This record gives sequence, structure tokens and C-alpha cells, in this order.
Amino acid sequence: MPELPTPSQTVGPFFNIGMPGEPAGDGPFRITGTVYDGEGQPVADALIESWQADSGTFHRVETDAQGRYELATAAPGALDGQAPHIVLAVFARGLLKHLVTRVYFAAEAEANAGDPVLNAVPSDRRDTLIAGDDGVFDIRLQGEGETVFFDV
Amino acid sequence: MAGYRRENADPALLFENYLATRTRAPREPLVFIPHTLSELSGPVYGDARVGELDHDLTRQHEGEPQGERIILHGRVLDGDRRPVPHSLIEVWQANAAGRYQHVVDRHPAPLDPNFTGAGRCMTDSEGRYRFVTIKPGAYPWRNHDNAWRAAHIHLSLFGPAFATRLVTQMYFPGDPLFSQDPIFNSVREPRDRSRMVSAFDLTETVPEWALAYHFDIVLRGPEATPPDA
Repeated sequence: MPELPTPSQTVGPFFNIGMPGEPAGDGPFRITGTVYDGEGQPVADALIESWQADSGTFHRVETDAQGRYELATAAPGALDGQAPHIVLAVFARGLLKHLVTRVYFAAEAEANAGDPVLNAVPSDRRDTLIAGDDGVFDIRLQGEGETVFFDV
Repeated sequence: MAGYRRENADPALLFENYLATRTRAPREPLVFIPHTLSELSGPVYGDARVGELDHDLTRQHEGEPQGERIILHGRVLDGDRRPVPHSLIEVWQANAAGRYQHVVDRHPAPLDPNFTGAGRCMTDSEGRYRFVTIKPGAYPWRNHDNAWRAAHIHLSLFGPAFATRLVTQMYFPGDPLFSQDPIFNSVREPRDRSRMVSAFDLTETVPEWALAYHFDIVLRGPEATPPDA
């Protein structure tokens, strides 16, 4: 009988002592956005990790006092029959486990239409996973326009 | 590889007694997806990124920090008790007085100029890790009337894949604050909560120097591959 994993716990408010973020990353491809809570307030103490398996690119950035984050990363490539995407994990006080989401891109409409993960998402919520040509990807943790988070 | 096991003892995202979950936990159910290359791979850290003294939180400054010196050690294992070797562990914690070296922490307890409260190390080829630190103090927070966090050390682990990412907290045996700490109690089953509690370890205790605590961390293991695959 396999053992269950050690349970997850929140990172709390002081995570950047031990999980230091970069200011933005060092790549040519820019994503920005704001993290909002269920009351529409910016989340000023979130940590976002990004992972791109196609290029092996990992970044870790914090939101600022306005809840904004900025990610300068490698241009995402196609992978494994999937549309180009960036995996994000969101950590914060009040999140007992990190939330996993994905950034897809409006310019990749054709690839997006065939993406197996996007297709697992109810069609009326898919747009929460698609960044516009301006590279803006807001993250709404709860409520109206709630971002899709994945059970991985 | 098929993927990683889904069974877990993680707390539900919404736990009313932990107030911050009320405005931050998603209301929609998580959308199940199969594990793709994006989840089956993850960042690889080289030993080079970890400094020689990063595992020793008592030797990062000119003097020694105040408080009770302890050794925290154990193994990182998967669900089949196989070691997770060469994997990064990051830790952070309050000082002996229950104060974090952080601008947001306003608890009126002294900061310690000789204690930052951050450490990291790589597991060895057998999945073993070892930190030397100071036993963190309990501290108040504003979650409810007279609320105090049980003493804890935060741990962040990567494991082999993005799907094995784990951030948790390690507690100390017999803490009288367990019963009123909603973060600890967000884990529903007592037997699962007990897996976040370290064990006092007399064998590894160093005479005349420091008590030891043992804490094994279990990451998700791979699903069994079907025999005909």
C-alpha cells in the first residue's frame, strides 16, 4: 500500500525569506498581470512560479504592492501535441495548496483549438487561460471570471 | 511514464476556520487533466546553486543566533519509500522569539541580527537531508481571538517533476497549540496531521551540543506502469 504524500500547507505571508523570487526573469517573452482575490482586491503577497517543459525554463516572481507580476521568459514552444503554453503555480497566504494554471496565447488560435488540456476545460471558461497579444494574463483566484485551475 | 498518483491528504482549499481561504480559495472545482510532459518534467537544480553553509542557519552571520540549537534531518521519499535524490529543499522560519526577519511581521518580539531564518540544501544520493537551525518560537496572528501559530518550519520541495511540487510545514511533537491552529487542522485526518509532525531523535542528538528532530517528507510517487505497457 503506497504511502500518501506529506500534506500541503500554505506558504504564509513570509515565504520570500526562503523562496526568494527574481524581479521578473531574464527572457525576451513578456507576460504581465494582476492577481485578484474574491473581493476583487489585488493580492500583494503572491508568488508565481512558471515552468516551460519545451525549453526547460523556470522562473519565480512575486506580486508587488498592486498585486502585479511581470514575467520575462523564453518564448513558449509547442510540445507533445499541445499548443504553446506556460505552466504557472500560484502560492500565497490563504492557499493551503498551490494553484496550477496555464497561460495560452490568443495568436495561437489554431493550435489552441486542438489542445487536449484546453479542450478539457468548459468552453465558457477557456478564455480565462488565454493571454491577449499584449501579454496580459490576470489571475482571479475566486468569483466572477475565476481563472481555471487544474487538478494535476 | 503514466503519471503521478493522485491520492493525497491535502487540505481542501476552502477551510472556513482559516479566514484567508474565504476570499482566496477558488469556488469552481479544479479541472482534472492528464499528466503531460509539462507536469512530468520540472526544473533541475545543480548542487552548485547551494552554498556550503546554506543548510546551517546558525552560521550565516558573525555571531550565533539566540535560542535552542537543533538538528533537523530525515529523508525525502516517494510513496513507495524510494529515496528522492539530489533534490532541492528550501526552508524558512521565525526566530527563537517567534519573529520573522520580514518587513510584514509586526509581532513585538525581538529580531535577531544573527538569524535570517532561511536555509536550503540538496538531498544526497539516498534522499537524506540535514539542517542545523534554532527551534522557532510560537507567534500570534490575527486569524481569530487570541490566535497563535504552533511552532513550525516551512519547507519547499521540488522533487523530479512539476507534479511533485510540495510546500508544507513541519511541526514539533506535543505542541500545546495544535488544537487551536486552523492551518494545522486544515488537514482533516489526525493520522495525516501526524505526518507533518517531526519526532524527537535521541540517536542523532549531539551530546553537549544540540537536540535532533527527525522528519521524513513523502512526495507523490509514480503510478504503477501496467505490466503490458
